[in-house]
Amino acid sequence: MNCQLSIEKVNYQLDITKEHCPMTFVKTKLKLAQLAKGDRLEVLLTEGEPLENVPRSATEQGFTVLEVKHIDGAVHQVTILKE
Amino acid sequence: MSEQKKKLSLIAFSGDFDKLTATFTLATGAAAVGYEVNIFFTFWGLDAVKQKQGRAFIGKGFLPKLFGFFMGGPKVAPVSRLNFGGLSPKIFRYLMRKNNVATLEELIEAAKALGVNMYLCEMAMHILGLEKGDFVHEIKDVLGVATFLDISEGGRTIFI
Repeated sequence: MNCQLSIEKVNYQLDITKEHCPMTFVKTKLKLAQLAKGDRLEVLLTEGEPLENVPRSATEQGFTVLEVKHIDGAVHQVTILKE
Repeated sequence: MSEQKKKLSLIAFSGDFDKLTATFTLATGAAAVGYEVNIFFTFWGLDAVKQKQGRAFIGKGFLPKLFGFFMGGPKVAPVSRLNFGGLSPKIFRYLMRKNNVATLEELIEAAKALGVNMYLCEMAMHILGLEKGDFVHEIKDVLGVATFLDISEGGRTIFI
């Protein structure tokens, strides 16, 4: 019997490109609350207030912003890790 | 620099649709970016968190029941200007949905999900013959002014 245990990293994705304030932050915060230690969340967002404040507020709340990547036009992807 | 959590306290006095929308927009936005948020509902603001969303004869005694009916709940809240007999809130809701902006009901649900601390004004409830059971179960407590001042100390307080 194979009893090998594999721990896989769970990745979450969230698209807030169509959302407006305050739901951009609300949806991110509620998603971040689901993360366990080691989980990553990829957030698709637009430039302006979401791009400026989602990474900043995630950092302030103790998460690590791994990457901010330009995707297309005004859309960016922010990768957040719960350590 | 203090390491204390940032805090926003809102006094929700108005029961108008637009002002309640402002209250819950600020509350949810602040809670989502890590603030401790307190809302103190008093007078017309109590409408926002009533268990019965529309018009209902709630309250103890004839006059409180009548007031309770006319005050209604968040579903029948008027806008503060150009209400047009209750047509404007419907137009606002339509425009909010059309433009993918959260409606008042969605914001209230978000505030509950984010753990915003919601308090009721003991004095206003006494006048209107209301009890804690007349309100949504997420209400944290019924307070007087002194306790609210204590809770809000060290943060920003806004009256709406």
